[in-house]
Amino acid sequence: MKKVNEDRIYVDNNSTTPMDPRVKESMDPYFGEDFGNPNSLHKRGRTANDSVKKARGKVADLLKSKEDEIIFTGSATESNNHVLKGTAFSRKKKGKHIITDKTEHKCILSACRWLEEQGFEVTYLDVDEEGYVSPEDLKEELRDDTVLVSIMMANNEIGTIQPIKELAEVTHGNSDAYFHTDAAQCPGKMKVDVEELGIDMLTLNAHKMYGPKGIGALYKRQDVDIDPLLHGGGQEGGERSGTENVPYIVGFGKASEIAKRNWKKQGKKLTDMHNKFIQKIQNRIEEVKLNGPKKPRLPGNVNLSFIGVEGEALVLRLDERGIETATGSACSSEELKASHVLEAIGRGPETAHSSLRVSFGKFNTEEDIERMVDVLEEEVADLRSITALDKKGKIGD
Amino acid sequence: MYTKEVMEHFKNPSNMGEMKDPDVTSKVGNPACGDVMRIYLKVGKRDGEKYIKDIKFKTFGCASAIATSSVTTEMAMGKTLEEAESIEEKEISEELGGLPKIKMHCSSLSANGLHEAIYQYKKKEGLDISEDLKKKHKIAQKTLERTKEMRRKHGLDEE
Repeated sequence: MKKVNEDRIYVDNNSTTPMDPRVKESMDPYFGEDFGNPNSLHKRGRTANDSVKKARGKVADLLKSKEDEIIFTGSATESNNHVLKGTAFSRKKKGKHIITDKTEHKCILSACRWLEEQGFEVTYLDVDEEGYVSPEDLKEELRDDTVLVSIMMANNEIGTIQPIKELAEVTHGNSDAYFHTDAAQCPGKMKVDVEELGIDMLTLNAHKMYGPKGIGALYKRQDVDIDPLLHGGGQEGGERSGTENVPYIVGFGKASEIAKRNWKKQGKKLTDMHNKFIQKIQNRIEEVKLNGPKKPRLPGNVNLSFIGVEGEALVLRLDERGIETATGSACSSEELKASHVLEAIGRGPETAHSSLRVSFGKFNTEEDIERMVDVLEEEVADLRSITALDKKGKIGD
Repeated sequence: MYTKEVMEHFKNPSNMGEMKDPDVTSKVGNPACGDVMRIYLKVGKRDGEKYIKDIKFKTFGCASAIATSSVTTEMAMGKTLEEAESIEEKEISEELGGLPKIKMHCSSLSANGLHEAIYQYKKKEGLDISEDLKKKHKIAQKTLERTKEMRRKHGLDEE
């Protein structure tokens, strides 16, 4: 193995993004002088209150929603739990059926499993080999007692962009269910317009768009009424109690402002980068499978299986060479099961265990691509020289 | 997550790659869990005792699977067959300064690989096989069968 290069390349932006320096700057005063509680009557409290209001306006602007349709939460995980549990419990007299799909983030799937234990019924839709949910399948599963449909906007592992507008139309045209989408991966690289999409609820967080971790948001259309997850002092219009996390909310506002301004340019830049990277890899390395849609995919997302090369081993070899990536390999997870997303699109265990996710962000450059392809070519060749699988990724004789 | 020893073996594994004209090869593991290992053996005779003259491995697996393969071959090299047969997974993980709990199966994979190779050699040469080694052989066979079964169940053979 070669020596570590000085400069590290971070290409794990679907996991989290570095903070934009402007975001950090916007947050700084609220860790110091402007420490007030937005619920206090005094001047310092009012300053905090104004700042939260402004930030809410910026998040609303990003989604083209109304200000009071934005609820700040602690994370996308919390927003998703709020939607699922809040809807299930508030509408249980109407029905106990929820529909989602097999490629959702773990927080949706785990919350659904828990709801099943509480007596609710959940349908997990299949996806096709590129990861798409079919509107026809959804239509077939909708029932009189379906109260919620939750389908993610873009997949965090394989970059599939779901036909949300169509899925929402099918839902509303054939049932009384609410339609929710987890859009955590999208802002800043795609258009996310809640009116145009025709959805009832949407999940968002700041740390996938160059904002801080530990802050999320839920867009909830004005006339949608669901139970809160956290009861208490009635903050966030009673929808989410707990003293507002002022500095993080302010940072989220700043990140939204930047994302709204730059999404078109960023979307194009990231798409060009992932296309170029995929093409170069396919030109230079044999036996590589692309996971997820050919195109279009979530800007910046790449998911490849290098046949015969185990994913965790490749991630750690790349890390040693200064390149930070991710894998859907089981060996990186507690339960030693390969990615549920790769399984859902029909990948066999060897292919699923050989996956590498590269996700570009706005701080990556063209030079990064060149260096990554060179290093990948070497490390894949080296790991293939010791693999026990044959060229097709089979055990052989 | 990993010790310095694991990372060293992972970055620069010993005795890796295919062997020309081995006396025997073994294959163990379960790709559904992300590990498959092959061991190649050359056996020699020294002072009237059979010993491991050369050993190599090929492994599909995570960093700890590669590291345990590497250290196992180092531990077995030059040992008599009886000595090598008694190398257990615990010693392998200790040699690496310990493995994360969820990776302990990697050390059993390499122990299996080594034991299975010795079993195959003894079988081929018509040598006495201890009850203990027979048991180890059965375990190795089971993991491979489980894999085939799983592939059939998921209808994955055409991929």
